[in-house]
Amino acid sequence: MAFFLETLMSGLMAGMLYSLVALGFVLIFKASGVFNFAQGAMVLFAALAMARFAEWIPQWTGIESRLGANLAAFVIAGLIMCIVAWFIERLVLRHLVNQEGATLLMATLGITYFLEGLGQTIFGSDIYKIDIGMPKDPVFVLDSVFPGGILINKEDLYAALIAAVLVATLSLFFQKTSTGRALRAVADDHQAAQSIGIPLNRIWVIVWCVAGVTALVAGMIWGSKLGVQFSLATVALRALPVIILGGLTSVPGAIIGGLIIGVGEKLSEVYLGPFVGGGIEIWFAYVLALVFLLFRPQGLFGEKIIDRV
Amino acid sequence: MFYRENGQFKTTYKADQQIFPIAQDRWVILALIAFAFVGVPMLVDEYMFRAILIPFLILALAALGVNILVGYCGQISLGSGAFMAVGAYAAYNTFVRIEGMPLIVALLSGGFFATLVGMFFGIPSLRVKGLYLAVATLAAQFFCDWAFLRIGWFTNNTPSGSVSVSNLQVFGWSIETPLQKYLFCLAVLVVFGVLAKNLVRGAIGREWMAIRDMDVAAAVIGIRPMYAKLSAFAVSSFIVGVAGGLWGFVHLGSWEPAAFSVDRSFQLLFMVIIGGLGSIMGSFFGAAFIVVLPIFLNQFLPALGALVGVEISTALVVHAEFMIFGALIVWFLIVEPHGLARLWSVAKQKLRLWPFPH
Amino acid sequence: MAKKIGDVILDVNNISLSFGGVKALSDISFNVKEHEIRAIIGPNGAGKSSMLNCINGVYTPQQGTISFRGQTFKHMNSHQVAVMGVARTFQNLALFKGMSVLDNIMAGRNLKIKSNLLLQALGVGPARKEEFKHREAVEKIIDFLEIQAYRKTAVGQLSYGLQKRVDLGRALAMEPQVLLLDEPMAGMNVEEKQDMCRFVLDVNDEFGTTVVLIEHDMSVVMDISDRVVVLDYGKKIGDGTPDEVRNNEDVLRAYLGTSH
Repeated sequence: MAFFLETLMSGLMAGMLYSLVALGFVLIFKASGVFNFAQGAMVLFAALAMARFAEWIPQWTGIESRLGANLAAFVIAGLIMCIVAWFIERLVLRHLVNQEGATLLMATLGITYFLEGLGQTIFGSDIYKIDIGMPKDPVFVLDSVFPGGILINKEDLYAALIAAVLVATLSLFFQKTSTGRALRAVADDHQAAQSIGIPLNRIWVIVWCVAGVTALVAGMIWGSKLGVQFSLATVALRALPVIILGGLTSVPGAIIGGLIIGVGEKLSEVYLGPFVGGGIEIWFAYVLALVFLLFRPQGLFGEKIIDRV
Repeated sequence: MFYRENGQFKTTYKADQQIFPIAQDRWVILALIAFAFVGVPMLVDEYMFRAILIPFLILALAALGVNILVGYCGQISLGSGAFMAVGAYAAYNTFVRIEGMPLIVALLSGGFFATLVGMFFGIPSLRVKGLYLAVATLAAQFFCDWAFLRIGWFTNNTPSGSVSVSNLQVFGWSIETPLQKYLFCLAVLVVFGVLAKNLVRGAIGREWMAIRDMDVAAAVIGIRPMYAKLSAFAVSSFIVGVAGGLWGFVHLGSWEPAAFSVDRSFQLLFMVIIGGLGSIMGSFFGAAFIVVLPIFLNQFLPALGALVGVEISTALVVHAEFMIFGALIVWFLIVEPHGLARLWSVAKQKLRLWPFPH
Repeated sequence: MAKKIGDVILDVNNISLSFGGVKALSDISFNVKEHEIRAIIGPNGAGKSSMLNCINGVYTPQQGTISFRGQTFKHMNSHQVAVMGVARTFQNLALFKGMSVLDNIMAGRNLKIKSNLLLQALGVGPARKEEFKHREAVEKIIDFLEIQAYRKTAVGQLSYGLQKRVDLGRALAMEPQVLLLDEPMAGMNVEEKQDMCRFVLDVNDEFGTTVVLIEHDMSVVMDISDRVVVLDYGKKIGDGTPDEVRNNEDVLRAYLGTSH
C-alpha cells in the first residue's frame, strides 16, 4: 500500500510537470486558435536561456549571490521569451491569419525546428544545470500510518508549489486585469473582439509572451530536476496527449489531464510493465489519447466540436 | 518558342488523359528516365550512389506515399516513420523466417502489413481531423517504436536489438554493389510512380481530393468518407511500408528501430510540404531537397566560415540545418503553400511564353 | 407540350429540427410529385436550407420522417440519399477548390464507378474503359451547360456565375431523379439568371428530373414552378400553385408585403 502511494505521488509530480507544458498549449489555442507544436521547443529554449544566463551573470557582473544570479537569469530569460513571441507573431502568425488549422500546425512545426537549432546555436548543446536552490533530499511523511513513512521528494513538493502559484497568478491575471479580460474576449470570438477595438495582433503577442513565460517556468522546474538538454523538447511532446484528455480549450483540463497522464504512466509502468518488457511510458499517454479521440474527442472538459455546413 | 502546344490537338479522350499530354513533356521525361538508368551510372561514383542517390530514391518513394495521404486526401499524419518500420520489420521476418522467400515478395509483404497497421491507426480519421488526427498518428509512431524495441519476436530475438539482412537478389541478379542497389530502387520508384499517378488522376484520386477539399459536399455527391479515408491510409501505408523495407534492406543493410523514429516522420512531412502537397512531382522535389541540403550545408558552411575567419564545427552545421529547415517550412507555407511543384509549373508557364515576357 | 406530372416521389412528414435552443423547423409537412418543379420560398432565416439539408441527410431532424418512393426514413444518410438518386447544389457553393471543372463534375460520377483500386492503379483494361465512358457522359453535361472552354481550369479561378454552373453540373452528373437546388440564381445578373432558368427547365423537360428549388426571385418562382411551399420562421404558411400562394393572406403578410 505504501509503495502504491509512493508511485501515485511520483506520478502526480510528473503529471504536474506535463500540466505546466500543456498550460502553454491551452493558452495559445484559446486566444488564437493556433495549435502550438513548438511549445516543447519553447520550454527547451527558455530553459537553456535561464541556465546559461545564470552561469554568465556571475562571470560578467561579479554578482556572487546564487539567488541574485538566478533571479536575474529568470527575468532575462522571460524577456527573451517575449522577444521570441513578438518575432513569431510578426514573422509567422500575421501572414498565416486566415489559413486552416493544418497549415498553422505545420508552421509551428517549422518554428519548433528553428527554435531548437537557434537555442543550441546561441546557448550551446551540452547538458546544463539549473540550480535554483531546491532541496534535493527526500522527506518521509505519514510514518504514523505506514511504518517507515512514504518517500516524497522535497524538490517535487516545491515544484508543485511553484506550479500552483503560477496557475493562481494566471487565473488572477485573466479574471482581474483588463488585459486578461481582453484575452478572454479574443478567445471567445475573434471578430467580435476586433469589432470592439481590441487589437488582435497585440493580444497575440501578449498571449505568446505569457505562454513563453509559462514555458520558462516549466523549463526551470524540468531543468532543475533533469538537467537542461535537448531531450527536454521531445519529453514535452508527451504533453500533447494531456490536452487531448483535458480538452484543448480548458485550463483545468490541462491540469487534471496532466495529473491523470502522469499517474497513469507511472502506475502502468510499475504494475503492467514487467509483463510486457517495460518501457510502457513511451506510448501510454498517446494510446490513452487515442482512445479518447475515438469516444470523446473533446476531452474531459473541452467544448464539443461541431462541424457546420 | 520551343515549349508550345501548337498543333497538338487531342481527338480522343485517351489522348487527352495521358500523364503528359504535351509532347515536349513526354520527350523530356522519357529522356530523363533513360538518363537515370543509363547515363547516371556512367557518371557518378560510389559515394554519390550511397550517400545521395539511393537515399533519395527510397525517401522519394516514401514521400510519394505520405503525399497521397496528406497532400491528396488531406489527412495529416505524423506516423509515417512507424509505417516504414512495420514495412521493414515485416519484410525482415518473412525474408528470414520463410526459406527461399524472394526479395520482392518479402518487400511487398512488408507493404501489406504496413497497410493493415496504417488502416488500423487511420480509424480515428473517421472521427477527427487536423491536430487531433496528428496526435492519433503519433500514437502509432510511439507504439511501434516500443513494439520493435521490446517485443523480441519482431527482431528474431537478436540480443543486440538490431537486425540485418544480406545476400539480396532478384531473379538471379544480385543486389550488392551500389550500382545494382541504385538500379533496383530506381526501378521500384518508377513502377510505383506510374501506379500512383494512375490512382490520383482516376476516380479514387478524385474521391481523395473531394474529401480533402470539402468532406460534407463529398458525402452529398455519393462519396463515402470512410472508404475514401481508409483507402488513402491503406495505399499510403503500403507505399511507405515498401519504402521502409527498401530503406532497411537496401540502404542500411542492418538497422534498429531508431532508424524509423518520429524524426523520420517529420522529415517525410517536410519533404511533402516543401516539395508540394498534392503533387507526385512534388514528392520527388521535396525528397531531393531534403537529402541534398544537409550535404550541401556540410560543404558550404565551413567554407563560408573559413572565408570570414569563423570556425564552424559539425555540431554547428547540424544546428544550422535545423534552423534552415524550420525557416524554410515557414517560408514555404507563407509564400508558396504548393511548394516547389508550384514553382516548377510557374517556370514551365514562363517557358511557354519564352522568349516573350508575357 | 404538356408536362406529365406523376405521383408523389418525396414526402416530408412533420419534420422538426432544433439547434440547441433554436427551433429551425417546426412540424413541416409537404410532398413533391415526380417530374414537377417545386419551389420553396420564404424570408431569410425561414429554414429553407435546413429543410433541404434534412432531405439530404446533412442534418438529422429531431422529429418526423421523410419518405422517398414509398420508403420511409427517420433520418437520411448522405451517401444513401445520393445513391437513391437525390442530388443537390449548395447556396454557398461547395465546389472542390483544388480540382478543375472537369474533375469536379467527374467526381459526381464516382458513385457509378465500379472498378476497384488495383485496376485503377494499373490504368489498363476495364478501369480505363469505364473512365472514358464516364468522361463522355460528363462532356455531354459540359456541352449542355456551355462551359467547354473552362474544363481544365481550377474552379477557384472562375467567376461566381460559372462556379454555380459547375455546381449544377456536378449534381447533374449523378443522373439524379430529384434535384435539390439551393438558391441557384443568387448573386447573378439578369442574363445569367435567364441562362440558369433555361438549364433548370431543360433538365426538367429532357430528363424528367424532379426539381425542388429554393429561390428568392419571385418572378422566377412564379414563372417556372408548378407548385410552391412557403416557409416563415420554420413553419409552413402556404402550399399550392403559384397563383394560390400569390393570393394567400398569410403569405402576403409575412413575405410579399401587405396587398393594397
